[in-house]
Amino acid sequence: MLERIVREIPEFFSPQNVVLLLEAMGTTLAMTIIGCVLGFLLAFTIVFLRQTPGRLMLPVRLAAILYVEIFRRIPFLVVTYLVLFFIQAFVSDASLFAIAVIAVCIYSTAYTADIIRGGFESVARQQTEAAVAMNFSRWQTLVSVIIPQSWPVILPPAVAFAVGFIKDTALVSQVGVFELTFRGKELNNAGFSGILVFGTIAFLYFTMSYPLSRWGRWLEQRLASSPSKRSQQRLRPAHRP
Amino acid sequence: MNYTFQFGVAFAQLPELLKGAVVTFELGLLTFWGGALIGLLGASLKTFGGPILRRAANVYVIFFTNTPALIQIYFLYFGLPEAGILWDKFTCVLIGLTLNAGAYLTEIMRAGFISVRRTEMEAAETLGMSVWQQIRFVIVPHIAKAIYPALANFFVVILVMGTSVGAVIGVDELTGQAINISTENYRWLEMFTLVAGIYVVLTLIASLSLALVGRWAFRVKAKVF
Amino acid sequence: MHHLQVKDLSSAYGPLTVLRSVNLTLSKGEVVALIGPSGSGKSTILRVLMGLTPPTAGEVLVDGAAIDYRSAASIRSARERMAIVFQQYNLFQNMDVMRNVTIAPVKIQGRPRAEVEAEAVRLLAKVGLADKHRAYPDELSGGQQQRVAIARALALRPEILLLDEVTSALDPELVNEVLDTIRGLAAEGMTMLIVSHEMGFVREVAAKVVMMDKGQVVEVGSPREIFDMPKTDRAREFVGKILRH
Repeated sequence: MLERIVREIPEFFSPQNVVLLLEAMGTTLAMTIIGCVLGFLLAFTIVFLRQTPGRLMLPVRLAAILYVEIFRRIPFLVVTYLVLFFIQAFVSDASLFAIAVIAVCIYSTAYTADIIRGGFESVARQQTEAAVAMNFSRWQTLVSVIIPQSWPVILPPAVAFAVGFIKDTALVSQVGVFELTFRGKELNNAGFSGILVFGTIAFLYFTMSYPLSRWGRWLEQRLASSPSKRSQQRLRPAHRP
Repeated sequence: MNYTFQFGVAFAQLPELLKGAVVTFELGLLTFWGGALIGLLGASLKTFGGPILRRAANVYVIFFTNTPALIQIYFLYFGLPEAGILWDKFTCVLIGLTLNAGAYLTEIMRAGFISVRRTEMEAAETLGMSVWQQIRFVIVPHIAKAIYPALANFFVVILVMGTSVGAVIGVDELTGQAINISTENYRWLEMFTLVAGIYVVLTLIASLSLALVGRWAFRVKAKVF
Repeated sequence: MHHLQVKDLSSAYGPLTVLRSVNLTLSKGEVVALIGPSGSGKSTILRVLMGLTPPTAGEVLVDGAAIDYRSAASIRSARERMAIVFQQYNLFQNMDVMRNVTIAPVKIQGRPRAEVEAEAVRLLAKVGLADKHRAYPDELSGGQQQRVAIARALALRPEILLLDEVTSALDPELVNEVLDTIRGLAAEGMTMLIVSHEMGFVREVAAKVVMMDKGQVVEVGSPREIFDMPKTDRAREFVGKILRH
């Protein structure tokens, strides 16, 4: 077994394969980042809709709640397939990458919405009252008071989720997107040792996931300080103008 | 749009799908308990073990939480045969998911271990309890109550996210069954919509039951929604 | 015509009645104090006035014009004429002192920034915090934060100032600096409705004292009348308890 692996290494790590794998890593990262950023924006919209007051807006609030509760309980693989079939029913030649990004977006929206809502609710009610008593609109209160104060509680889990998602994107290989797992399967099908191929692929995922998750934890530490300290951090010159 | 929905066909396949749901649950339960044992071991090593054991546990956790479960399973299914180890699909998925879950559960349990404060143990000691009694009457109940919500949530997560991975190499759990049936009746959209619905119902039942058990057994207010 | 008039105001929270037919008047420049045991509804009145808690019956009139608390526009205009200072100061934690004071006049009232900032400088000097413009709330003491809160309320140029137990959350040594600020405002003729436990201060500054218990007005009178010659039993009981020390 070992000798087979040693024998295959030069051919496995040929320039073309290395480029292929690096591109695949890029695809994996791109899907994750684009999907999660879009998901974050959508999640924010969903939370905003969910908190809209008034009897007329009840269906909207309900829809927002249902979206989150439903898509948090469906496996990502199933979501991916659903997005695939649904889009292909309308646009038969849609880009698989786009489909994957949409699937990531839809899924991450549901999870991120809970993170954002938790963050907003963590801001003391009295802060909102002070704003309301001064005639702040809901939007102004969010932008000026709530969001700045909930960043430290929202960003770290949201980042951690996105970083964790890098691993979950392995599942989109099932619909044919040329990402890392797909390339791995290709190489294995082409005859390379499974141990060699999937060991390497695992390692490549590791190189993306681990550093980013440590960065995420650094971000969390950084944001955990008080507003006065944070303002001082900003003032520390990175480079003089 | 040139696609006509035929949900009737999908619903007719409900019994077949439910067979898959049973496999999902089996897989989920086995994975969880296997992972919990590993988690207990790992958390113990990380909390009470010497430097080498701590290191080993750390490496295990870091590796399995930074690589995809799918790749771990591929490695077992396509790689191990080269070393002469031939496990069937279900076993590969089970072992892969269990090792994966064990890593996450190690962290969950470790948090529980740490949460027992020294003062609680000192109080128990002054009450005249032996070490074994301390463990039984103070530490274990405290930890169990502290980590129950996280464990319950993790179980549901395994059910939802973990087990569906098996479909990729052909295990006949819920998603796998959906694929099997769809390849025959070509009603992919309807089948998968139905399956999505079943997952939602499954996880709701699981969450609700676990929350109720938590409330009754531990007086823990676990989140249902 | 009264500056502020509250007529038969009631407010209920489900089955719980918090205010029962409260009647209250303030003339221009008058300082009225609301006293009473906890839970008597004093703070609730202020909250209802600011549109933070809905009334279930009764009327509120500012300069004779009624405020309709079911209309968002009406509540907005009420808030343009009245400002509230909270017991917990409620300064925006993510902004420094200057921004806390200027944000509403600039962003909500739409006044020019230069003018608002100049006034903010003046107000902060008035409350004794001229050197704290760039400080954040978490760097200030409770007394300092409360004074910023007062400056913030004044920056809105309200006609009527509502003060909700503004010294109750402060350490004793910090109470006086805030009371001094309020004394100054009273001397300048600001119409104020003050909820307070500081009886010595109330006696000194208030023209009229309203005593409340269980959501109802029990007695109204000058400070001397209420503290030295209470007419009703409940007032007598309350005054007896609080003045014993």
